[in-house]
Amino acid sequence: MKVKTLLFSLVLALPLLAGDGNQAQFNALDTLWVLVAAFLVFWMQAGFGMVEAGLVRAKNAANLLMKNMMDFSIASLGFFAFGYALMFGGSGALFGTKGWFLVGAESVEGLPLYAFWMFQAAFCGTAATIVAGGMAERMKFKAYLIYSFVISAIIYPIVGHWVWGNGWLSGFGFHDFAGSTVVHITGGVAALVGTVLLKPRLGKFNSDGSPNLIAGHNMPLVALGCFILWLGWFGFNPGSTLGFGDPGQVARVVINTNMAAATGAVVAMFTAWKRYGKPDLALTLNGALAGLVGITAPCAIVTPYSAIVIGFVAGIICVLGVRWLDLLHVDDPVGAVVVHGMNGLWGTLAVGFFGQLTLGAPRDGLIMGGGLTQLGVQALGALSVILFVGGAMFLVFKLIDLTVGLRVTEFEEIQGLDIGEHGMESYSGFEIFLTEEPTISQNLPL
Amino acid sequence: MKMVVAIIQPHHLPAVKKALYENEIYKITVSNALGCGEQTGYHETFRGVDKEVSLLKKVRVEIAVNEEYVEKTIDAIAKGARTGNVGDGKIFIMDLGDCVRIRTGERGKKAIG
Repeated sequence: MKVKTLLFSLVLALPLLAGDGNQAQFNALDTLWVLVAAFLVFWMQAGFGMVEAGLVRAKNAANLLMKNMMDFSIASLGFFAFGYALMFGGSGALFGTKGWFLVGAESVEGLPLYAFWMFQAAFCGTAATIVAGGMAERMKFKAYLIYSFVISAIIYPIVGHWVWGNGWLSGFGFHDFAGSTVVHITGGVAALVGTVLLKPRLGKFNSDGSPNLIAGHNMPLVALGCFILWLGWFGFNPGSTLGFGDPGQVARVVINTNMAAATGAVVAMFTAWKRYGKPDLALTLNGALAGLVGITAPCAIVTPYSAIVIGFVAGIICVLGVRWLDLLHVDDPVGAVVVHGMNGLWGTLAVGFFGQLTLGAPRDGLIMGGGLTQLGVQALGALSVILFVGGAMFLVFKLIDLTVGLRVTEFEEIQGLDIGEHGMESYSGFEIFLTEEPTISQNLPL
Repeated sequence: MKMVVAIIQPHHLPAVKKALYENEIYKITVSNALGCGEQTGYHETFRGVDKEVSLLKKVRVEIAVNEEYVEKTIDAIAKGARTGNVGDGKIFIMDLGDCVRIRTGERGKKAIG
């Protein structure tokens, strides 16, 4: 028995004994954890793809999935070439300047560059993919390819640098643990600017201004996508610890993430039930995602009790936000602006309400007796990111509109982007009822 | 009694329904149809292989009416479905032998209502 134990310890210790200097500077467990988290975050692309494909009409599903496939692929290349350098290349106030194409790029302590890059690249792809849903069913594919490169190579990395790359916001003690601001406000604001510039889909609003229902074509896909995203978030938030040195912190992030999502789903369900008379599946799923986005910034520095409150508010914002956008005539087919933009803002501010110094927050939040300072810093950070991303994306989308064009033709929109952009159908051989174009009010007794 | 059958573009259905409603025609049956007329088809490609799609998706509208409603029905369908391009569709008008309302057993003009 003793011999066995001894042998076993020897085997375990072998990598340490055999390791050269290069290997010894890396922490194997931390690296493994960050890589597993990176894979989970990558898998969120599948979640976004399923949620968005299910929430659009059958005639646009292949187009939407092409956009999801391409934004991660293009984001990988853009983030490899320019993004990482802008985000982590030194501690300039506004952006980094070294490590182009990863030449001479630096990692964080204990992690190989390539592992840290992979984790960050998966985040970058997430920010890029949020926009596909908001601009769905009418945006030109070419325009989307250009947008994907710009956001992943330039816009997202600059915001990331401000918060995570020793930029000016981190100097103020702005806290965004896993990206309510960096990923979700960035993606949500870009989606908002894009969908406003694109204008609503044909038939979304009647001449009297009332909205029409344009129902998604496959709710099982939406539900699958939501569960995939929930799972992926266990990499997104807990992986942002960038190591396993403090298992207590990892566990706290995990339970906070789960509690906020669960509360978001329950509260969104009851809010929708009360307002619209039925527990609505699409809004409930959005509610879970809203809770997840809301807890993303404060996940490490709050208790599970606070996480439940954060999810509670997120669930309400989710249902009301969808209604607000309808009233403002903003047509966001999958709720990207609400789930990511509005709840990203809520999550960012929640740090200023619920953050606890003892758990690692820069200052105690307002409700924890720390006064308004942290809330002010969080508001400043959120506002500056909203203004920067809003302004930059407005320019980008305007330029795209003037050159290759932003929106497909009316004929193509009616026929569907699957055939118009890609010459194929998502459900070849299936009979799809094509008469759903609600160009008139639905309250006719026909 | 006439049976009016129209083949129209799917996305014109809401406009046709609205025009029919304005002309006080409230009874309608709608089904999916595939077909081709003067409109040429389009090409699909799947994994690089070209495929010609000549049967296009259409909607078939069927309305049984009494004589005094025939012209109103035709006008409404034409108003809702016409763009002036090929592919707007056609309207067929046929004599209808008889009609039975299942619930009451009424026949003929009364059953059409």
